[in-house]
Amino acid sequence: MLAKRIIPCLDIKDGQTVKGTNFLNLRQAGDPIELGKLYSEQGADELVYLDITASHEGRKTFTELVKRIAQEINIPFTVGGGINELSDVERLLNAGADKVSINSAALRRPKLIDEIVNNFGSQVCVVAIDAKCEDDTIHENGDPRIDGDWRCYVNGGRVPTERKLFDWAREVNERGAGEILFTSMNHDGVKNGFADAALRKLADTLTIPVIASGGAGCREHFRDTFLNGHSDAALAASVFHFGEIPIPELKQYLRSEGVNVRT
Amino acid sequence: MCISLKSCTFATVLYGLVKQMNVAIVKYNAGNIGSVENAMRRLGIQPTVTDDPEIICAADRVIFPGQGEARSAMEYLKAHRLDEVIVGLKQPVLGICIGMQLLCRHSEEQDTECLGVFDVDVKRFEPQNHEDKVPQMGWNTIEDTKSVLFTGFEKPEYVYFIHSFYVPKCEWTIATTNYIQPYSSALHKDNFYATQFHPEKSGSVGERILKNFITMRNQE
Repeated sequence: MLAKRIIPCLDIKDGQTVKGTNFLNLRQAGDPIELGKLYSEQGADELVYLDITASHEGRKTFTELVKRIAQEINIPFTVGGGINELSDVERLLNAGADKVSINSAALRRPKLIDEIVNNFGSQVCVVAIDAKCEDDTIHENGDPRIDGDWRCYVNGGRVPTERKLFDWAREVNERGAGEILFTSMNHDGVKNGFADAALRKLADTLTIPVIASGGAGCREHFRDTFLNGHSDAALAASVFHFGEIPIPELKQYLRSEGVNVRT
Repeated sequence: MCISLKSCTFATVLYGLVKQMNVAIVKYNAGNIGSVENAMRRLGIQPTVTDDPEIICAADRVIFPGQGEARSAMEYLKAHRLDEVIVGLKQPVLGICIGMQLLCRHSEEQDTECLGVFDVDVKRFEPQNHEDKVPQMGWNTIEDTKSVLFTGFEKPEYVYFIHSFYVPKCEWTIATTNYIQPYSSALHKDNFYATQFHPEKSGSVGERILKNFITMRNQE
């Protein structure tokens, strides 16, 4: 049986790992390659490296980092951040990335998805969606039950768009993307659990895998997103970086709760 | 003490052999070839990535990797005469992912005639219920392993897959995986070995498989 995946996410700025809380306040969390290797040895199923530098210099540094990651890491890894056109995708795949994650660029120009799929195949194309629920009147922020009208945001969650989450996700699926990485802005950094109600709707209507992101605070949240949210994979950063949830223990726990994970 | 000394010497000799191993990786219009090159380097091997028939034929081991689409890959191989070269190889050959599918007779992907080393046809996954997402993407187990490729395997191990097409179980099946139905996750016939999964991305389990391929005796 196909295993549910655990994916640590490493935000990279100037060659170092950082983690934001609610997309703000960056804290240092170690060397990206050492950390990636450690996660791989601990049983992480994939890694995501997000470039959060904006400058041209930063892009070059990140591409060099991707080459070194590809040389040293023996599990699949996705890279994202600042991918605007097909040439960015080509540069990162040539550097050795297994998949690329696109976000704002896809919302601004959805045809980019078709271009990536036609040139490199569905399997390399992860579309990340940052969305915020705007009628969560009955629940507090971070409550996994939050659901309703979800609006997609661009530029790292700073700028709202006219797009609605479920419509956009369906379109992304139809255009041939390989996976969707959904981050709930209501849950990110709150550590109260993933947006399982919305994730379940996505997972049950789409034909491609859905990665849950934003809200992991304890191991039960991972169990809930797999069992209740029907997520195919779960992504988290700070709970791994700061050792709050060691991956071997998390996997052992998930297995004992009836979740099929790789051991 | 004596035993550990012996095994230590054996490991050193083996490492020496591995380092001298002349490994060719077939270069063609498929993605992901660099990953296999990187994986070889992690094992201490300096592989040659090439489409030169002479270098490929002279290698101790040939790896036929890739990620891509069957028809355009076959067209490229034919245009570069690599189809004849690959089929005629006598040393151990390892096909990976699309490399494995291209070693079969025919693929449903764009109705493509393939190389025909394995007399079996490649099918498209047909989802039976909503959980059956295509492509299969992620870690699944290989079971009923029977080949020198899997030396040292005592239980079903997880390896990494990304694919929309599969090879049904057949007389050359040396590992089985269950996704929608049981299918061939590895094949072996004469000097040809093939895996549907990506050993180069399958952590320490994948490294063991690649090492087994490199160190196997030529007649196995």
